[in-house]
This record gives sequence, C-alpha cells and structure tokens, in this order.
Amino acid sequence: MAQDEGTVQAADADVGGLQRALLAEVASAGDLDTLDQLRVTALGKKGRITALTKTLGQLDPDTRKHLGQRYNRLKETVAAAITARKAELESEALDVQLQAERQDVTLPARPLPAGRIHPVSQVTEEIIAIFGDMGFTVAEGPDVENDFNNFSALNMPPEHPARQMHDTFYVEAEQDGRPLVLRTHTSPVQIRTMLAGPPPHRIIAPGRTYRCDYDMTHTPMFHQVEGLMIDRRTHMGHLKGCLTDFVRAIFERDDIPVRFRPSFFPFTEPSAEMDIGCKRQGGELTIGAGDDWLEILGCGMVHPKVLRAVGVDPDVWQGFAFGMGIDRIAMLKYGIPDLRTFFEADLRWLRHYGFGALDVPTTRGGLSR
Amino acid sequence: MKLTLPWLREHLAGDDVAVAEIVERLTMLGLEVEGVVARGADLSTFKIAEVVGLRQHPAAERLRLCEVSTGSGTLEVVCGAPNVHLGMKAVFAPVGTVIPESGQVLQPATIRGIVSQGMLCSARELGLGEDHAGIIELPADAPVGRPASEVLRSEGPVIEVNVTPNRGDCLGVNGIARELAAGGIGQLKSRNLAPLPAQFDSPLRVTLDFPEAEAGACPIFVARHFRGLLNGPSPAWLQERLTAIGLRPISALVDITNLITYDLCRPLHVFDAAKLQGDLVLRFAEDGERMAALDGKTYELTAAMTVIADGSGPVSLGGIMGGSSTGCTPETTEMVLEIALFDPARTAATGRQLGIDSDARHRFERGLDPKMVVPGAEYATRLILELCGGEASQLIVAGRLPAPPSRFRFRIGELERLVGIGLDLATVQAKLRSLGFETEVDGEDAIQVTPPSWRHDVTMEADIVEELARLHGYDRIPPMPVRRITAVGQPSLSPDQRLRMIARRAAAAVGLAEAVTWSFTEAELASQFGQGELRLRNPISAELAVLRPSILPNLLEAAARNHNHGQREIGLFELGPRFHGLQPGEQEVAIGGLRLGPVHERSWAAPPRLADVYDARGDAQAILTACRVNAEGLRVVTEGPAHYHPGRRGRLMLGPHTVLAEFGELHPELARRFDLDGRPVGFEVFLDRLPKPKAKGQRVRTAFKTSPFPAVERDFAFLVDEEVQAETLLNAIRATEKGLIREVQLFDIYRGKGLAERQKSLAVAVRLQAQDHTLSEAEIDAVVKRIVAAANKATGAVLRT
Repeated sequence: MAQDEGTVQAADADVGGLQRALLAEVASAGDLDTLDQLRVTALGKKGRITALTKTLGQLDPDTRKHLGQRYNRLKETVAAAITARKAELESEALDVQLQAERQDVTLPARPLPAGRIHPVSQVTEEIIAIFGDMGFTVAEGPDVENDFNNFSALNMPPEHPARQMHDTFYVEAEQDGRPLVLRTHTSPVQIRTMLAGPPPHRIIAPGRTYRCDYDMTHTPMFHQVEGLMIDRRTHMGHLKGCLTDFVRAIFERDDIPVRFRPSFFPFTEPSAEMDIGCKRQGGELTIGAGDDWLEILGCGMVHPKVLRAVGVDPDVWQGFAFGMGIDRIAMLKYGIPDLRTFFEADLRWLRHYGFGALDVPTTRGGLSR
Repeated sequence: MKLTLPWLREHLAGDDVAVAEIVERLTMLGLEVEGVVARGADLSTFKIAEVVGLRQHPAAERLRLCEVSTGSGTLEVVCGAPNVHLGMKAVFAPVGTVIPESGQVLQPATIRGIVSQGMLCSARELGLGEDHAGIIELPADAPVGRPASEVLRSEGPVIEVNVTPNRGDCLGVNGIARELAAGGIGQLKSRNLAPLPAQFDSPLRVTLDFPEAEAGACPIFVARHFRGLLNGPSPAWLQERLTAIGLRPISALVDITNLITYDLCRPLHVFDAAKLQGDLVLRFAEDGERMAALDGKTYELTAAMTVIADGSGPVSLGGIMGGSSTGCTPETTEMVLEIALFDPARTAATGRQLGIDSDARHRFERGLDPKMVVPGAEYATRLILELCGGEASQLIVAGRLPAPPSRFRFRIGELERLVGIGLDLATVQAKLRSLGFETEVDGEDAIQVTPPSWRHDVTMEADIVEELARLHGYDRIPPMPVRRITAVGQPSLSPDQRLRMIARRAAAAVGLAEAVTWSFTEAELASQFGQGELRLRNPISAELAVLRPSILPNLLEAAARNHNHGQREIGLFELGPRFHGLQPGEQEVAIGGLRLGPVHERSWAAPPRLADVYDARGDAQAILTACRVNAEGLRVVTEGPAHYHPGRRGRLMLGPHTVLAEFGELHPELARRFDLDGRPVGFEVFLDRLPKPKAKGQRVRTAFKTSPFPAVERDFAFLVDEEVQAETLLNAIRATEKGLIREVQLFDIYRGKGLAERQKSLAVAVRLQAQDHTLSEAEIDAVVKRIVAAANKATGAVLRT
C-alpha cells in the first residue's frame, strides 16, 4: 500500500506553518494569562494541535504513522516553548515584585534589650575563674559580724593598735556583750571556714566590706576578696607562686614584674604586701612595665594564734591568706578613674564601663577578650 | 614617721649610700618608704671657695670682679653682692651647675664685657631661704674645694616611712638606722647616753600610787630637776630639723623633747618647776576630774586614765599630753623633766576616748623600749645643758623596769617549713644578733632566742621566721605553683552561688543595667519598705543610717538620679543583701529590679510603651526561669508589701508558703517623694528561697515525648465580670482535662462596645492533643463543653456570642 504522497506533503507544510505561527505567538505572549490561553488554544482538548491529531484516524497506516510522529513533535515543541516562556515571564514578574518590595535597610534595627553587668561583678567572676583553676572554692559570710570573727580570732584583741586602722561601723546590737560590726574586711570568712570544718582549706571569699570613711579614694562600702589555703605543706613559696600567677592572669600579661615586701597584719606571720610593676607618666598608669611599683594586695602565712583560735594545730597545719580590693582591681584593669562612681548607678557610666549579659569570663576563653 | 637623711646618718657609720638605695632597702625590710621629698636642693655640686682677689668692675659701678680659689684653681667671677669681701668663704657654683631657684644650668656669661666663670650664690638661689641681699658667708674654717653641702645646714631630703603598728621601735631614727645596719647598710652609732652627775640635790619627790594589780599602768617614772635655764628659741639646726619633719619649733626645751621623741623614739615631758605645786604623784584620775591640756582644750577624765598630778590636781595625761598650767614658756628657768613608761593598752584607750592623737600617744600605745628610760633622760639632760645652760639634779626614780622579755626556743626547721628557705644555724644566729637578739644554741637544730627590749612584737617562733625571711629577702624565696588537686574539677561555686550568677546575667539579658549601691539607706525611707530600725551606731550620714530592708529603696534613689540626668528609659537591677535584723545572718540575698519610663528607646519600628507592672512580673519570671524554676508551677497571689500600689502588686508563690518573688508598681507616694513624673515598677526575687538543686548525678530529665497524633486548637471568648482574675479562669481551664490540654494561652482582652459596664472578654486559646490517638470531633466537642462549664463554675464566665 502506497502512501498518499499528496496528503502527506500538504500536511507537512501545514504542520510547519502551524508550528511557526504558534511559536511566534508564544514568544510574543506578554503575560502569564495570555500564555495560558495560548496553551489552551494550542494544546487543550479543543486546541488546534489536538484537532489535527483527531484527523489521523482516517488515514492509511503509513501516513498515520508518519503524520502521528510529526504531530507529536509539534506538540512537544510547542509545549516546551510554552514552559520556557512561562519560566521567563515568572522570572520577570518576580523581578518586578522584588523591585517593588525594596526597603531602606539603613533604617535602625528594632530596639533590643541591652542590660549591663557591673564591673565589680565582672571582675569578681574573673577572680573566681582564676582561683577556681587553682582549686579554690567560693566561701561566704554575713555582712554583720561579731567581734570574734572580725577581730579577736584574727589576733586583734580589744585595744590592739591595728583595730584603729579599721574605721569600723557598729550596729545597734550586741552579741556576747560586744557590739556587732559591719565586717571591715572579708577575713572573718577565713574564721567561719575554719570553724565549719577541718583542714585542708582552699577558699576565696569575695564580698562587701565596710569602713566608716568617705572621701576621694574611700567609700563606706567597698569589695574585697579574701583567700585562704591551709594544708600540711603550703609555705610562703606557694603564696608567692599562687599570687604571682593570679596577678598575671587577671591583668592578662605574663611578664608583669612582681615584688613581695615584708609588712604587718595581725592575722599573718610572716606578712607581706605584693606590688606589681607599673609606669606612671603624665597622670597615666600603665601596668606591667616601667620602673615603679603599685601595691596590689596584702598576704602572709596564717598566724599561729589565728589557727589556735579556731582549734587548728599550727604545728601540723599551715598555709597562707591574702586579701585585696576588687574595686581597685577593676579600676586598674579597666581604667576607671574614680571609685565613688562605682556606687552611683549612673546608667551612662554603666553602659560605658559595664559588660554584656553573655560576656562570661573564663580562663579557657580569655577573661576579657 | 618622717626623718631626714643627715639625721639618719648621725645614727649610721660608714659610707654615704645614695638615698635611692636606702629607700629600696628600707622598703624590702618592711619599712615601706612612702615618699622622699627634697628639702633644700642637692648641694653636692656646689663648692666651698675663697675670695682671694677683689677689684672693681671697669664698666659697672655696682659689680666687682672676684678672684675665686676653688681648690683646683683660680677663676674670675663677676659678683654684685654688697657683702663680698677679701678672704670670704663663699658657695661657688661652677659653670654647668643647676641652680635650684631657677632650675637652669649655669652658663658662662659675659657681663659688661667681662666673662664670669661661675657664680657666688645667695641663700635664695640655693633654695635655702629667702635671703637674697647678699651671698652666703661660710665659716672661716670651711675647707676650700669640698662640696658646700658639707657645711651648709640643710635637712633635706626628707624620707617618710610607713611604720607598721607592730614596729613601734621604728618610730625613732635610731630604730630605722638599726634596721638598715642589720640590712647591710652602715653600722649603728649610739648617741652619748652616759650618765651625768648631779649638780644639785632636788627635794622633789615622785610617788607611784596605783593598786598592786594595776602597777603596770606606770611601772617606772624618772624625773630630773633643772635650774638656771635660759629657754629661748632653739638653735637654727634644731629648728630646721623639726621643720623638715613637719613640726613647729616652739622653744629650746619643748623642741628638745620633740627631737628626742623622734630621735630615740622616747617621748618625754617638761614641766615648768615654778608652776608645780609640791611633789608629783602618778595615779588614776578621779571620775569627772578635769585637766586643761597643752592643745588648749579641757578634758574630763575617768578613773581608767593615768595622770601625773601635783598638789593642784592632774598636770599631765600620762603618755598622751601635758597640762597647760605647768607648761614651759620662754621665761622658764626651772624645769622638771619627766620620762616614764605607761601601759600601751591604757594609753590607747585614754587617747581614743579623749580623741587626742599625739606623737607621744602614737609611740606609747605601740610599746617603748624600757631600757631607754634612763639613757633617754641622760641624753635629754646633755642637750638641755648644752642648749639652755643651767644645772641638773640627781635622777629621781620611782618604780622599776618591768621584767625583760622572756626567751623561747626556735627550731630552725620552722623557717624551711613556713617559708621554704633553709639557713644554717650560724647564719640564723648572725642575722638575729644583727637585730639585737641574743641567741644561744640549744641542741642540733634549735636555738634559744631572747628578743631585744624594744621588740615587743617578737614572742614566738613565727615571729622569728619573719625576721629571718625579711633579712634574707622575700625576693629570694622561690615561688612555687599552686595547682588544683582534684582530678575532675570540683566546681568553684556552690549551687546557690551559681544561681546568683545566672540570675544576674538573666537580669542583664532582659535589659536591666546592674547597679551596686550601699547596703545602707535612710531610716525614714527604709521604714516605707517595712523596716527602718536596723540602725548603725556611727553612720556616715543620716542618708546612710540604717541597713536596707530591701533592694528597692536604693534603686529608687538611683532611678531618681538618672531621671534627673535626663535619662528616659530607666532599667536597673541589683543583686545583694537585704536585712531583716541586726544579728549576723539576719539577711538574705535578693535580686531587685526597677523600671521607669519607656521600655525601649524611641524607635520608628516599635510603638512607645511605658514600663508597667507586667514588665516587672516578666523580669521576675525571666530570672526565675533562668534559675530553673518552672514558672508554670508558680502561683500568683494579689497581695504584697505596702511599698507597692495596693491594686498593682503581686507575689509569685512556690507551694502554699514560699514567696519567691514580689512585684508591682511602686506606691505613688514613693514616686512623689522622689519627684518622679512616671510610674516606677519593680520586683524582688528572693534567691536564697529558690528550691535547692538535687545532688549531682541525680539531675536526670524526664524522657522527651511527642505525640504522633494531630493537635487541635480551639479559641474561646469568655465574658466575665471586671473583678474576675485571669489566673482563676486559666487555672480552671487547665484543670479540666489535664491529659489532653497541652497549652492554654490568654491572647486578648476586650472591654467596651458590645459589652456591659464592668464586663470584659478574655480570649483564650486551648491546644488539645492525645498521646495515643487522633481526637475525634465528638471528643473535642465534649472537652470544649467541659471547659466552658468549668470556666462558668469558677468565674461565672459565659461564652461571648
């Protein structure tokens, strides 16, 4: 059976023309709606290509096969063109939308809460982190103290001249016939610690302390941290090593020169004061270099009388104690010039010198950076 | 304690050591030098010169040309001083010298055509005084060519030593010299303390009149009678010396007592003998007895105070201050010198009670050297006779020296045990002896030690350890590291302490800035916060008179200060003690916070909103949540302390009794008190009352379970009376079907149009989900009905239609 050559040629020509016409229409479709109508016109149930395929049934098998393939290719080509055009139009529409949605990102962000941590708290945490690494735990005591813990047990009996160095606040209450005081130092926590349990001890005790004094460099309340290390073999060499490591860690310079000078505290023997190297120039104080010294803390071997006062045998147990001003460390470390400003709760000051809520100091991550 | 370098050198033989080295050594011996002040300048570069030729300047009438012999040659110097003369010894400044007055380096100068090769100096140019009328004339026997400082009397530099309270013996120049000598600088020289014979016999009698048990109040008293004295101003050197250390020269007799107080650490007193009535008695004062003292004040005495009395009553407060009625004046010709020992503790108590802080008290209360009583009297006698003439009586002695310090055993191993350095027996003994200790070997590794009479602070082995360590040098003690000993680090913080740190950072995270304020506050303000009677006996001011019963009063004050600075968004917190009694431990740790004004800065992106009571509650809850308190387990009760607005306050309760937090709007009276044109809101969270964490190793969480079945959400609008509390409604809903109700949220409140007066609509979303099946519509409807019924029962709520 021969093909109907004439029918085939004419149909081929029609398909070619239809394809050109449809592709041109697709290309010129300006929006998604037009394109969709076009799809229906061309490929829908009553569309022009669908109509063509319906004529195939009347043809002889060879012609039908040949034209069937032609019509299918036409259908695929047009469908592909529509899909491509659709993607193009969508992309253009998105571009338009994005253009229209442009915002001024230079506008300030929404306000977020921005609280601050006081430098005293921050530095206290720094100190705890450093001594924590050396195995010290944090101990505490009350702000109102009795005479025994604040003075007598620390080898300061009544009339001891050293008591005069403490401008003591007394409260209107007594215990055992002696007035109660606001603790003049954190040293009574040593006594409480040693009364609470047997040695060994390794504690630091940061906290509020009080002296009846108010001028440029003194405030009636300030902060100290006490340290106590008692065991069977800790001697003054350990005291030097521990505190040298501490000052270098807190000031984050491992070359700070240090100096221990003999001094006097009733509750230590031998006693020392520790100086760190510094430079004073034009009203500026730089820590860690230069030819000048800055007193930083007092320390010493715990006095045998103190050990006896808390029932510890000084021939068996020994160790050191130290005390230093936390506010002063904060002033030195963070360049805060005036102690009195610590206690004024001035928001401008707190925003300037304060620390972020998540800025937790660790010795692993660095204390301040 | 102040002293001057030339003064110190009178007690130290040996090479002149630079001030810097003395300062360093003193400091490292434990005598911290607080400062060195130049007094007069360093005159060592100025030379003693002789004017060996003198002629008129050819071109200037008032200038003369001096030929000056400087010891190493002869130079020509132009001089305008009217007092220059041939053969005069003068102070010569060679070219290149820094002139103290101007601070300039002296240059060769051509004056009216003649080159001057230096300068002859006036007192003012050398910083030695105001005299500029002429040049200084030195004594005729001044050695030409030597530094002028050898003959010019200037007490500089002045060294100020911070003497610790245990080292009363170093409140004398001799004591400081002794330390330096032991530390390797020079050899100690003694003053001439030899006895002087009596030149007449005084009839004066001295009696110690103390009860036997109190004889320690004054164990020994020595007097000496002088007559024929001439008590004018003291000589220039003595005046300069006292002026240099900040004392005011008064008269020769008084200046001598001040000098010896500082020179030998031996306070003494001089009475005008003509004003004394009869003999002297040492006794306790009678209660209410009065004495006018040399400081111009009259003191009322008590029976605990030691006085020196004559027939008229007390004439001196022992060890503290003399009386004005018997004081020496420039007219004094007959005098009684007093030198004694007084009990340190009693002297301290008397001085403190009377508020007298004298050089004598300062020394007596630290303990004097008993063995210096008689030698001190002899040295004083010597100076008095030298400067004031006259004659001295016999020493009149009452009482006797107290027992010397007892010796004790020192095991030299203690040094290694406590300090970590080992010294041999010979070195230990040599060091101690250099400080005046007597030592005697006692077995192989111990010595018997007797402290010197001036070292009351050395009584036990630990004291000897310190003496040896400081002489050896603290800098020579090898530092040893301190390492943690626990294998797995024990935490540095207790659970309570850790919660405090978390609470602090939670408060900062919600936007509050941490304040640190005083633990005290003003009494009346404190009473507004429940407790205004926790008084200090000696407050620094009325504003800081009581311990604070709450964190809030101080925060309120701080907020007011910030308000006055023009701060708009105020948010502060503080973590610290609040007090409920004056006994130790009657305090608790709380974190308090306060907001005032807008909750955030003005912004285009967020509508302005003033802080209200719900911010305060939110802050408190945020802190509690951070401290691992399950906020849903808390009950809110509508009551609270009186410092809050009675209708805008609440408590967060854990269980029936534990108040974990209080919050509210501060009472309007308080806002008015601080002149705040806003409504401050605040809270306190009581950290000590938080539930204690379980022991380590038990802190296991419940298993995490989700339901695979769908959840449904139903919204309700309940109409309730205005008085109905939201919490009542929400609790009723929650309790309806605990197994199915996952969440209950109040998401809107409506009042107004469409509702009756005093009625409100509370919109609540309820989320339902079963663990084991998909909820059917029937089940859901049943739960909804029960919720509505429960709400109605609890609050009278009806669904809004």
